[in-house]
Amino acid sequence: MRQRLENIDYLGLVLWLFRTAIIVAVVWGTVATIRDNPYSTRNWIDFVIFGLAQGSLYALIALGYTLVYGVLFIINFAHGEFFMSGVFTATVFVAIPMGQSGFLDRNPILALLIIAVVAMATSVGISLLTERIAYRPLRRAPRLVPLITAIGASFFWQYFFRGLYGSGITAFPTVQALQGSWSIAGIDILKTQAVVIVASILLLITLYVIVMRTKMGKAMRAVAEDKEIAALMGIDVDRVIVITFAMGSAAAGVAGVLYAILFRQVHFFMGFIPGIKAFTAAVLGGIGSIPGAALGGLFLGMVESVGPSLFLEGLGIPSSYQLKDVIAFTMLVLVLIFRPQGILGERLAEKKA
Amino acid sequence: MDTQIGFNWRESVRLGLIGGLVALSLSLIGVVETFGGRGIISGVISLGQILLFGAMAGAGYMSARQNPHARTGLNLVGGLIAGLLASLPLIVLVFVAGPINLRDFLPNASPGLLKLLIFEQDQATGSLLLLAVSAVVGLVGAGITLLPGRVRHPLLMGLLFVLMVGLLSEIIILAWGTKGLGLKIRRFMFDKGLSIRGTLLVFLIVAGLNALWGALGGRAQARVSALPAQQQKVLGWGRIALGVLFMLVLPMILRTYLTEVINNVGLFILMGFGLNIVVGFAGLLDLGYVAFFAIGAYTMGVLTSQGELGVAGMSFWSALPIAVAASVLAGVILGVPVLRMRGDYLAIVTLGFGEIIRILALSDFLAPAIGGAQGILKIPKASLGGLEFVAPETLYYLILAACLVAAFVSWRLRDARLGRQWMAMREDEDVAEAMGINLVQTKLLAFAMGAAFAGLSGAIFATKLSSIFPHSFNLLISINVLCLIIVGGMGSLPGVMVGALILVGLPELLREFAEYRLLMYGALLIVMMLSRPEGFWPEESRKRELHEFETEPVLAD
Repeated sequence: MRQRLENIDYLGLVLWLFRTAIIVAVVWGTVATIRDNPYSTRNWIDFVIFGLAQGSLYALIALGYTLVYGVLFIINFAHGEFFMSGVFTATVFVAIPMGQSGFLDRNPILALLIIAVVAMATSVGISLLTERIAYRPLRRAPRLVPLITAIGASFFWQYFFRGLYGSGITAFPTVQALQGSWSIAGIDILKTQAVVIVASILLLITLYVIVMRTKMGKAMRAVAEDKEIAALMGIDVDRVIVITFAMGSAAAGVAGVLYAILFRQVHFFMGFIPGIKAFTAAVLGGIGSIPGAALGGLFLGMVESVGPSLFLEGLGIPSSYQLKDVIAFTMLVLVLIFRPQGILGERLAEKKA
Repeated sequence: MDTQIGFNWRESVRLGLIGGLVALSLSLIGVVETFGGRGIISGVISLGQILLFGAMAGAGYMSARQNPHARTGLNLVGGLIAGLLASLPLIVLVFVAGPINLRDFLPNASPGLLKLLIFEQDQATGSLLLLAVSAVVGLVGAGITLLPGRVRHPLLMGLLFVLMVGLLSEIIILAWGTKGLGLKIRRFMFDKGLSIRGTLLVFLIVAGLNALWGALGGRAQARVSALPAQQQKVLGWGRIALGVLFMLVLPMILRTYLTEVINNVGLFILMGFGLNIVVGFAGLLDLGYVAFFAIGAYTMGVLTSQGELGVAGMSFWSALPIAVAASVLAGVILGVPVLRMRGDYLAIVTLGFGEIIRILALSDFLAPAIGGAQGILKIPKASLGGLEFVAPETLYYLILAACLVAAFVSWRLRDARLGRQWMAMREDEDVAEAMGINLVQTKLLAFAMGAAFAGLSGAIFATKLSSIFPHSFNLLISINVLCLIIVGGMGSLPGVMVGALILVGLPELLREFAEYRLLMYGALLIVMMLSRPEGFWPEESRKRELHEFETEPVLAD
């Protein structure tokens, strides 16, 4: 008997209890909400569509985390700042002047393209600068060292852009062409949300094709597998890493513009929380995998949008929307504890930690 | 040295342009103008200008460092060119700002900044002046590398102290310069910043002392280390006693305002000691450390508050153990799920925990218990036998006592079995486990000890402010504490104190720093990790560990 007591995995037991408690709470809340049914079907559809739009943004940002982690095994904490820097710069220098001169309303597609290109260029520039200064010299350092520089870079860029463009919230000009909604199969979708979802999915597919079908993508995958062997095969590892950073931050730059279209504001702190959430999405889907990032992003966006109303309200929590971020962070914690390999990923956490 | 190696002009040009971009960035993010108001040497130079020309001097210095074997003349010319190029972006800025209103885009490209850049002259003269000054500064920067060490060290030390004293001149005047001897000194040495007389005085004293130490210090040190072990031990204890005595009389020297600043530093030192155990000793990067600080503060608040939210109306002393215990419990509870996690994943999860706690504290969900955004008010002051810890001078002793306890505990634990287990775990978890260390227990103890210090700090914080609000407990506190132990040196106890004094003390004293505090922290984290990952006051084993990956020796300077 005593022998048996000693053999129990207490840690496993505690973790199991923890997991069960959360599942019970979620189920309980959901059942209670469904019973009371405070929302109409229309509300639920809105929640889901908003979740999809939000989630596709997370997916785009998560792509950068996934690509960089896949190649370098560092959490690029400053990725959220790449996202912010591009759209902030594009808003201040391009979008606002174009909005004032009326160009934005006369040629919305061209204008948005220009904004996106400027945002991408800035994001890529900032990310390459960061890679060159803060990451490259530390490639062989103990693992916590680049993580700390990444945190430093994140705060540095946040407050750099705060100094550059001011600390207030800057309004992104309204795009008249994207006002109102489209009716698709009897469901009204806000035009902005539809554009965000479609653009994100197209971009994700493009990047996936690049990584899986082109020679460069092949090199990236080789470097992700083993840097030294890749170098022996004649791959310029530094160049591949730079291109990886560039791809990830270009996606983040576009995500920034889509974010601005959706929420119509930009500010220096806008990258931080979405950055952490996108990281959650990347881990959720399985870090290192592009479809995983997409899936994780969409899933996280949905849970965050539907969750407060679905299970928090059922538990009798007032103003449950305030706890939307708690849901995201709890998911982050849960995924990292119970399934660090994510939905689609291989078991990286154990292999490489 | 006369060699045949060609001078690397491209490098000088590159460094000059980089320096120019740095100077331009500093100007456009508002650093130059904001710090332009802080005179270092009255009427001669402000902190803003020092930072601006620091970029040029740095370009010159680096350019000379890149060509260590080139002839002196070439090196000086290289520095000159680097300085010259570094001023170009600024001159472009000055001329562009004429026709285009840059303030529409960049709020800091203000007329004040432009006036500062061209020394309040007209555009043409000012630009030429800027060009000339930059070139000279670049030249000087290059020249510094060429001086022999025994001249360079006193020179740099003297300049550093002039900078420090000038920086703190306002505080020095505020604390001492209002009557008697203080006023006389103030008249002699200070104006807006140091006066020219004061500058010379400070520079000569410091440079002289440094030169003297350079000449004689080695011998004095040798004599001390030649003493028998017994006497060295006495000397060691004497030093500690002197330190304690100094700390006891500190509030009398510092007066109220500075004591208040020191108190804030003290709270961070306390947290620093705690995080030092978790990150420095045990190697578990915790980014949600503020959670335990918050839990300590909120427990203290709820238990002692005399407002509506107070539940027990306890005194500070009876609530203190409970607050610490609550933090420890939280440390263990949050520690259990992350036991199997390593490195960067741990960092992210703890960051998540910290944010969860803050959002919960802010939410309406817990508002009935802990006040939501309104916080907890009317937290009573601590008192001990008739002595009320209200004024900063008395509160100081409470914080000092807590810090001493924490320092003692950390110091003893480090050398104890537990401390060695932590460090073994930090070096390699698998090996540590194979050597028979119980990882679960060791990790949980690290989290618990770290949380205990943070809880203690939080409890004192609550009574110090007598009200607490969720926004005091944001992620930035965690980053702040992390930054100070990294700057001081992970795992090093004196390092924690030095780090806290620099990173918490300085920004509190200089209000302009407040806005750029995190910019500075971010840059500091990167620079430290690139150049001195072991910190300014490193612990021996850590230093070795971090320099392991370097194949070539670091350039000794």
